[in-house]
Amino acid sequence: MKLTELNKFLNSELTTKIKKTYIEDEELSINTKVENLYSVLLFLKTDDKCRFKQLIDIAAADYPDEEERFEICYLLLSHENNLRIKLLINFHLEEKIPSITKLYPAANWMEREVFDMFGIKFKNHPDLRRILTDYGFDGYPLRKDFPLTGFNEVRYSEKDKKVIYEQVKLEQDYRKFDFESPWEGTKYMEKIKIKNRKDG
Amino acid sequence: MAKQKKTMNLNFGPQHPAAHGVLRLILQLDGEIVEKADPHIGLLHRGTEKLIEYKTYAQALPYFDRLDYVAPMNQEHAFALATEKLLKIEVPTRGQYLRVIFCEIGRILSHILNITTQALDVGALTPSLWGFEERETLMTFYERASGSRLHANYFRTGGVHQDVPKNLLNDIGKFCETFPKIIDDLENLLTDNRIFKQRNVQIGIVTKEEALAHSFSGVMLRGSGVAWDLRKSQPYECYKDLDFKIPIGKNGDCYDRYLCRVEEMRESVKIIKQCLKRVPIGPVKTIDGKISPPKREELKESMEALIHHFKLFTEGYRVPKGKIYTAVEAPKGEFGVYLISDGSSKPYRCKIRAPGFSHLQAMDYLVKGHMLADVPAILGSLDIVFGEVDR
Repeated sequence: MKLTELNKFLNSELTTKIKKTYIEDEELSINTKVENLYSVLLFLKTDDKCRFKQLIDIAAADYPDEEERFEICYLLLSHENNLRIKLLINFHLEEKIPSITKLYPAANWMEREVFDMFGIKFKNHPDLRRILTDYGFDGYPLRKDFPLTGFNEVRYSEKDKKVIYEQVKLEQDYRKFDFESPWEGTKYMEKIKIKNRKDG
Repeated sequence: MAKQKKTMNLNFGPQHPAAHGVLRLILQLDGEIVEKADPHIGLLHRGTEKLIEYKTYAQALPYFDRLDYVAPMNQEHAFALATEKLLKIEVPTRGQYLRVIFCEIGRILSHILNITTQALDVGALTPSLWGFEERETLMTFYERASGSRLHANYFRTGGVHQDVPKNLLNDIGKFCETFPKIIDDLENLLTDNRIFKQRNVQIGIVTKEEALAHSFSGVMLRGSGVAWDLRKSQPYECYKDLDFKIPIGKNGDCYDRYLCRVEEMRESVKIIKQCLKRVPIGPVKTIDGKISPPKREELKESMEALIHHFKLFTEGYRVPKGKIYTAVEAPKGEFGVYLISDGSSKPYRCKIRAPGFSHLQAMDYLVKGHMLADVPAILGSLDIVFGEVDR
């Protein structure tokens, strides 16, 4: 089965449950709503024509300017059909996302990572703890409003004889240069080059 | 009187030689039987994904060396392929072959390390001494091509940084002649070794279904009998023109995974040999001046080249809008990059899919019911490198 066929098949089977599907850069993406997430995934996993049995990753992204701030992308892989698919949901800051750990056991840590990095909460997750950041870490590092340098830094204090946390102090502010310019190059140089070559 | 059951909590790591890095494993033990394992990761978390959002595409590439630092170029490959897919550019044939050669060298590097340290974990010292000598040779190849032994930063969007120096390909060819003998030696030490087998056979068994459910990839999946290798099933670069086999395990235990890795090294040697035969003469990276920087000599003559140079190293090239996922078959499994570009010269979001992350996640399922002494053996066969798990 090819991507275009799968696209047609999914559109006919899941009609109301999905918002839209599109193929971009030879990859099929499906947009759906949060409330339909579980049933769409269940269909993709169990249906004979799909068999997306492996959850490759869960990737979130933060768009602070948009009304539905977060986007989560579920990357699925079907070994039988040798196909990949992306399932995307967009939602507000306060919304809770149904956990899919029952469907894909591998989602456990992936959802923990999304929670850790973005502060997105999952309903019915068995063990929603932070995973990658430090014990007692505060804040959500991959949100766009979290500064690159973070808020706290650690150092060993000779006085207290232990590692202590302090506010980040920078001698110089983090510099962000704006190099963007509308310069697109010129075409006439190519012509001159060719002419020069001809002239020897 | 009823016998009272007492469970003990054991803190394994983070500074334990068999933890392969900075893993902290909280084990719940009933006597010597493991009841539950709770891996605490993140002790090597460096915020790679956040850092990449603040760097241009060219600056982001070296971060990939630092993920799985045992096979750096395989990681770079995934990122380079992702940007190329968005930019829709083709890599010249010579560039493709050079990439494949160095990726396979990376695979051998990683598998030697894994096999020998796994042997070390279960009590055999000699393989690591023999294996590391070969790793040193391979890292010299890395150094001669890129200038550094580990953090190569050799791949570029559209090819590789520069052509390989004279004689390097010949020397790699010579290595391919002698290396199979070393694999035989390692196998002599381990494959039929009674102690090695006692420690690995029937340990850490993964069934096909469980391997899929836990999102395993690479050797972890193939050891359980799933014929799946991205180089074959979703070929990238010139892999479709090359002839190689995918070794598959039967029982899904630690021993089968060891055997798979040994065979994969042999296949890698085969791939490198074929590449050396076929590699053509020509450019090694795309000649599109908007993506790859101009040559040094051009800078002295052409104003246009100078401007390009300046623009490429300040603003960097812009990548069209899009969201894509590309994966490569890294030595440890499927290494993927999910890249969101907003059309500027910096990635909007770059999610890195590390194979070790899902493998380590299954630790609890794998060690449950095993003895404490099996924990290092299972951990060793998972092939964990914390650079990529913690990112």
